[in-house]
Amino acid sequence: MTLAEQIWQFFLSGLTTGGTYALIALGFSLVYNATGVINFAQGEFVMLGGMITAASMTAWGLPLWSAALIGIAGTTLVGIALDRAAIRPARGASIVVLIIITVGASIFIRGVAGIIWGPDERVVPAFSGEAPIGIFGANITPQSLWVLGATLVTAIAMWLTFEYTVIGKAMRACAINPQAARLCGIELSRMISWSLALAAAIGAIAGIVLAPITMTQYNVGTMLGLKGFCAAMLGGLGNGLGAIAGGLLLGVLEALGAGLISSQYKDAIAFVVLIAVLLVRPSGILGGRRGGEE
Amino acid sequence: MLRVRSVDASYGRVQALRGVSLHVDAGEIVTLIGANGAGKSTTLAVISGLIRAQVGDIQFDGRDVTNRPPHRLVRAGICQVPEGRQVFGDLTVADNLLLGAYSRWRRGGRSEVMADIERQFERFPQLDERRGQLAGSLSGGEQQMLALARGLLSRPRLLMLDEPSLGLAPIIARQFLDEVQRSRDEGLTVLLVEQNARAALRIADRGYVLETGRIVLEGTAQELLDNPEVQRAYLGKGYREVWE
Repeated sequence: MTLAEQIWQFFLSGLTTGGTYALIALGFSLVYNATGVINFAQGEFVMLGGMITAASMTAWGLPLWSAALIGIAGTTLVGIALDRAAIRPARGASIVVLIIITVGASIFIRGVAGIIWGPDERVVPAFSGEAPIGIFGANITPQSLWVLGATLVTAIAMWLTFEYTVIGKAMRACAINPQAARLCGIELSRMISWSLALAAAIGAIAGIVLAPITMTQYNVGTMLGLKGFCAAMLGGLGNGLGAIAGGLLLGVLEALGAGLISSQYKDAIAFVVLIAVLLVRPSGILGGRRGGEE
Repeated sequence: MLRVRSVDASYGRVQALRGVSLHVDAGEIVTLIGANGAGKSTTLAVISGLIRAQVGDIQFDGRDVTNRPPHRLVRAGICQVPEGRQVFGDLTVADNLLLGAYSRWRRGGRSEVMADIERQFERFPQLDERRGQLAGSLSGGEQQMLALARGLLSRPRLLMLDEPSLGLAPIIARQFLDEVQRSRDEGLTVLLVEQNARAALRIADRGYVLETGRIVLEGTAQELLDNPEVQRAYLGKGYREVWE
């Protein structure tokens, strides 16, 4: 394989992981916009999506599709429970306190998952076989297309929600100016609930489409959550388009770094990128305006 | 219609209101005047549910509404247009109006809401021309009109305005207050907080004067205009407003 072919191959596999990072970053941005909180339990939503799906398939012998629906629904319920049990009772607490609460919640969720499912890796079968598809000399698995497709569909669904539905506009209003939104009769706590539920569902989707590629385990949420956070920061926290751009870019950088430098540094690359972003452009690639305001 | 009785409120450890009592009767325009930091905006924030009253109670239509959350007060018919306009800058003019009717939209009556939005566009043609633009791109006066129209879309019975003429050119401020007066003539009750005491007393029926969190004076607008203390402290006696 020539170098150019190798780079093309790394690029394609980078886009695949980048797609999941983009979905996770979207979850971060959603909750950040509604609350100003960085929800460090976002990675656990990803883990739960994959684990609940895998467990429903093995425990009840369910087909993939219904197991995936249970994975999304179950994770969404956990997101709502997180709001009711941990975020809402702390109403009026400072943002930093709320962020620490999400860190605590993520440790709790991971711990309970470890107790329920044990330390074993679980497998979710690829959605439509393993036969690789050739694209201009590089190979891509059908599952990679599922990941990219899920990212695209989720992003479009979110865009439609925020652009065309009243509840989506109300959520944006809360992000722009919570006080004015409350004076319009918008119930802030309900919007926060919605945003956590949506973020959980999106996280679960990421976990489910990723599970056939990397396998899943009770503790995969931590690293995936951090990668998604890096992607969100890279694109500009709170910016939907930025989350997607940041996710894809981070995935590609990681794959190129792992392929061309050393795969041992794969995880380090995301954090080097994070530090570089914080130093050079803290508002992210597409987050200029918001960063300028605050 | 609205009765506030001996309300205390504070921001953290700073007490902002001490035993504030006031009432607004149906169909009135009542104004609160006072210096910066006297507690005018805090009084509105307590009534609209943004800040808790520590002592005292608030009644609306004879029902106790003390410390209700804002969305329930909006549903009950109390709407506050916040200071500094606070339109949703990244949303279009039309979307801002739609969100003004959020509580009604949620409870059905969607065609009625759409009809009301069109009615506001008829009333404010300059907003109609810009209905698809982002609200943040409007001029200050247009944003204030938008904030008023957004507030009216919740179909309030009591409208509270917080410093509406702040930062507006005098002629625009005057147009705005004329619109407020017109809304009152159409049946609305208004509680108006203004720094520009002269402009506020010109359209008001009654007024209260706040000083360091206490009500120190109340009376009809004419009584306050004639009061030597008010003239000295708030009307800058001897100076005439440019636009008078």
